[in-house]
Amino acid sequence: MLNILLIYFFLSLLIFAVPSKVFKYKAIVLALVQLVIFVYFFTKIPIITDGETLISKISWIPELGLNLSFVLNGLSLAFALLITGIGSLVFIYAHAYMKSYANTDRFFFFLFLFSGAMLGLVLSENLIQLFIFWELTSFLSFLLIAFFHEKESARNAAFQSLFITGFGGLILLTGIILIGGVVQSYSLTEWINNADEIRSSAFYLPGLILILIGAFTKSAQFPFHFWLPGAMQAPTPVSSYLHSATMVKAGFFLLASLNPVLGGTVEWTYIIPLFGVITMLVGAYFAITQTDIKAILAYTTITALGILILLIGVDTKLSIKAAILFLFIHAFYKATLFMVAGLINKKTGTRELSKLGGLAHYMPITFVVALLALFSMAGLPPMLGFLGKELVYEANVQSPGIASLILILGVAANVLMIAVSLFFLKKVFLGKKGNYSKNPNEKGLFIVGPALLATLSLFFGLFPNILGNSIIEPAIQSIFLETYHIKLKLWHGFNKVFYLSLFTVALGTLLFYLIDKYPKLLENWRKINNKIFTIKFVDVFSNVMDNFIVFSKRNNRVIQHGYHRYYLLTIIVVTALLLWFQVFVTRGWELPAKLSFNPFYISGLIGIIMVSAIFSAISKSRIATIIAMGVAGYGISLIFLYYSAIDLAITQIIVETLTVVMFVIVLQKLPRFAKLSSKATKIRDLAIALVFGSVMTVLALKAIRLELNYPISDFFVENSYLKAYGKNVVNVILVDFRALDTLGEITVLTIAALGVFVLLKKKKV
Amino acid sequence: MNSIILQIAARHIKALLVLFAIIALLRGHNYPGGGFIGGLLAALSVIYYGFAFNAKQVRDKLKISPTTYIALGLSLVVLSFVPSILNQLELMQGVWLKVQIPILGELKLGTPLLFDIGVFLTVIGVTFLFFFSLTKVE
Amino acid sequence: MEILLAILVGILYTAGVYMILRRSIVKFIIGIIFLSNATNLLVFLASGIVSGKPVFVGEELADASQMADPLPQALVLTAIVIGFGIVVFTLALKFKFFELTGTDDLDQLKKTDT
Repeated sequence: MLNILLIYFFLSLLIFAVPSKVFKYKAIVLALVQLVIFVYFFTKIPIITDGETLISKISWIPELGLNLSFVLNGLSLAFALLITGIGSLVFIYAHAYMKSYANTDRFFFFLFLFSGAMLGLVLSENLIQLFIFWELTSFLSFLLIAFFHEKESARNAAFQSLFITGFGGLILLTGIILIGGVVQSYSLTEWINNADEIRSSAFYLPGLILILIGAFTKSAQFPFHFWLPGAMQAPTPVSSYLHSATMVKAGFFLLASLNPVLGGTVEWTYIIPLFGVITMLVGAYFAITQTDIKAILAYTTITALGILILLIGVDTKLSIKAAILFLFIHAFYKATLFMVAGLINKKTGTRELSKLGGLAHYMPITFVVALLALFSMAGLPPMLGFLGKELVYEANVQSPGIASLILILGVAANVLMIAVSLFFLKKVFLGKKGNYSKNPNEKGLFIVGPALLATLSLFFGLFPNILGNSIIEPAIQSIFLETYHIKLKLWHGFNKVFYLSLFTVALGTLLFYLIDKYPKLLENWRKINNKIFTIKFVDVFSNVMDNFIVFSKRNNRVIQHGYHRYYLLTIIVVTALLLWFQVFVTRGWELPAKLSFNPFYISGLIGIIMVSAIFSAISKSRIATIIAMGVAGYGISLIFLYYSAIDLAITQIIVETLTVVMFVIVLQKLPRFAKLSSKATKIRDLAIALVFGSVMTVLALKAIRLELNYPISDFFVENSYLKAYGKNVVNVILVDFRALDTLGEITVLTIAALGVFVLLKKKKV
Repeated sequence: MNSIILQIAARHIKALLVLFAIIALLRGHNYPGGGFIGGLLAALSVIYYGFAFNAKQVRDKLKISPTTYIALGLSLVVLSFVPSILNQLELMQGVWLKVQIPILGELKLGTPLLFDIGVFLTVIGVTFLFFFSLTKVE
Repeated sequence: MEILLAILVGILYTAGVYMILRRSIVKFIIGIIFLSNATNLLVFLASGIVSGKPVFVGEELADASQMADPLPQALVLTAIVIGFGIVVFTLALKFKFFELTGTDDLDQLKKTDT
């Protein structure tokens, strides 16, 4: 499975290798590649329906539980088929759609890479790996939304979606790590095996909430839903692929795969359906008042995502079944509708509902395709959507949680959906002909994808069990971990669900009739909306962002003031205070030894070093400063010499000499010290220096007192000659016992030398 | 600086210092000295020479560039790890070869010596590079 | 003698800190040298100082209690050489800074990168 992802990766790079002028059919080739991969996954269906799962694993850092591991089970297969199948159709569509734009290579690069990333996401068995693909899809979505980066609105929308999904991704990572800590693993299989332990741990609820935030941001759940309509700034192939069929379903995918681990609890069946049902209603409510056809589709997508999340949260066998089925239904009709919307936009030059109309006359095939898709969206027979709606109702009726509330809101949302679908159909394709500059046509490869998907919608609506047995059944199995047989049929008989459905259709049609007949009604509705919902999420978001930036700037001015000395000052003062604090806390020790001046020559030497250090600090002459520094350095080397450290003394002497030499070389070319500090600053600095210096003295005194065992040193001394044949123990440590340290050291030296070399290199003209 | 005394002295002292540096390097395993001290000494001798004349002349006389010294030194260091790998010992474990030489007695040659020579050359190269960069000689 | 040495460490740190708080870069770099010397001395001091017992062993099994501790010496030796590298690097940085701005004043750094 890694190989497939590598194909995506390398082929996406190859896009740039072939100039578009030479070869115009790159998108078609990519569509064919997707098709081949689709077929590959298709051939795996028999294996998966037998209840097997394919796992391939490559160890990376097994100690940390980081491996590249891929799994193909029923759920990931269902997603893989959607990604590659719809991907293939989207590429054919994009070939026609993107002809008139520049930089198509970049577009196809992003889009193809996205297919790979999304595939990687659904095939991931390791959750850290899943997170990486998750963020990759967010990032590519950002690049695709901002594809028309000349438009400010596109840039803003792209930033918004990146911020929300990326931020959600990070929260998801926190959740994964939290839960991963409970079982010491990031492998999904391990999680499933230890599900009981996870569910009973104290980290369950925090982990669940964090993971939910991640999933909700990605799947545009309330209150994060507002990025999705913004994302409609992307070219239409992107909207139909990422923002309806694949990427936004990632949140659902994650919850579905984690259902065996985290599901089945009270928290799960209450929190998730609640957000799902709100999202569903919000989406449908706003869909009907939109005037832009892409915006209508975006809001209905939010509704659909709400339904999916609701169903996964209800968490019964029936609801999962409905969810998986609905996943397909929605992918089929929404991708179709987006592509149709793009086609209409392309051919008529507008997406405004008020300017469109009567398109059935110009585009008969498109009309039929849209009709099928809209019927599916409205949940009318004989489309697959009807089946889905019935199942959703049935699942909701049996919901163990807040069933009645969910049911009422569900019906309300569906009423709105029916009205929206009919209204869309009427406004765009029927009624008065719009004013078009030239007659719209449906030439080109635009209609291939939508037609195929709409036909599938109809076909599966009539023969649902083909889809049910081959794909949905194994997907449910991989969620419930047991064999589960389903039977799907269009006609369920006269039962509660059917009457509910009938009631919905009637109400929906009535609503449609009203808003169609009295256009004023919808207008007033919009006005009321604007009055009630004065707070727009988009505005709130941009306000928060702006304030945050202002806050950061203010913060930066204080913290990052740019004065080198004050950074140092802060560091030194804080360090000194912390050290004094520690000294104060651990007070109550005696001086290690009596003050003595024996032998007198060492005392004298120390005195000389002290004087030269002080002189160096206050001298105004450059040469005097450096000489005083040299004197101090040589003095220290004599101290090393007296206290049995011969090698140290020699090194110190030579280094001191070299330092002085280097200083003298540079100093020749530099100006004199300028008098830069005032007296007050000097006194302040002296006070700080004294506070720091005195605490270091105390530290040194305490360090002498420290009673240490020297087992390592003893080993070195005892084995220096016996094992390393060297009598100079210090040298043996450097080149033998601790050779790795020395290697590191000479590497540092080399880097420093190269740094100096590059800094001072003459510029070659 | 154009002091004749310094220039004449530098010529002789340079040779002495280099010789001293090599001795310090070779006997470093048993007596005070070693790669660091030897390398610093050797570099110091050349820099001293450069002080007496000028850096440009020194650089012209120097047949091997500072970076080559560094490269050579680091290569020797890495090379000194090879025997331990070949003998399937721990990485960087010393491997010794005992050679009997008449009169002088037993001579022990080991990878730590090679390592130390690598350190020696690297330190020389680094110090040269410092010196020539600061004096703006390339 | 340890007490005297501890005071020396303190004075070296004081001088170093005072110098790195100056605006002149030459002073700043010399301050760094003092700080590195002070730290070397502190580590050396903390290992317990013994006079006249350098760490050279004979061909027989050596008695560690009779000698100074070799490990801090090896550590400090590396620290001295690395300190040298750092000081020269800072010096080069300073040199470049002077070439670009024509001033010795560290506060001017603020203007060069904004």
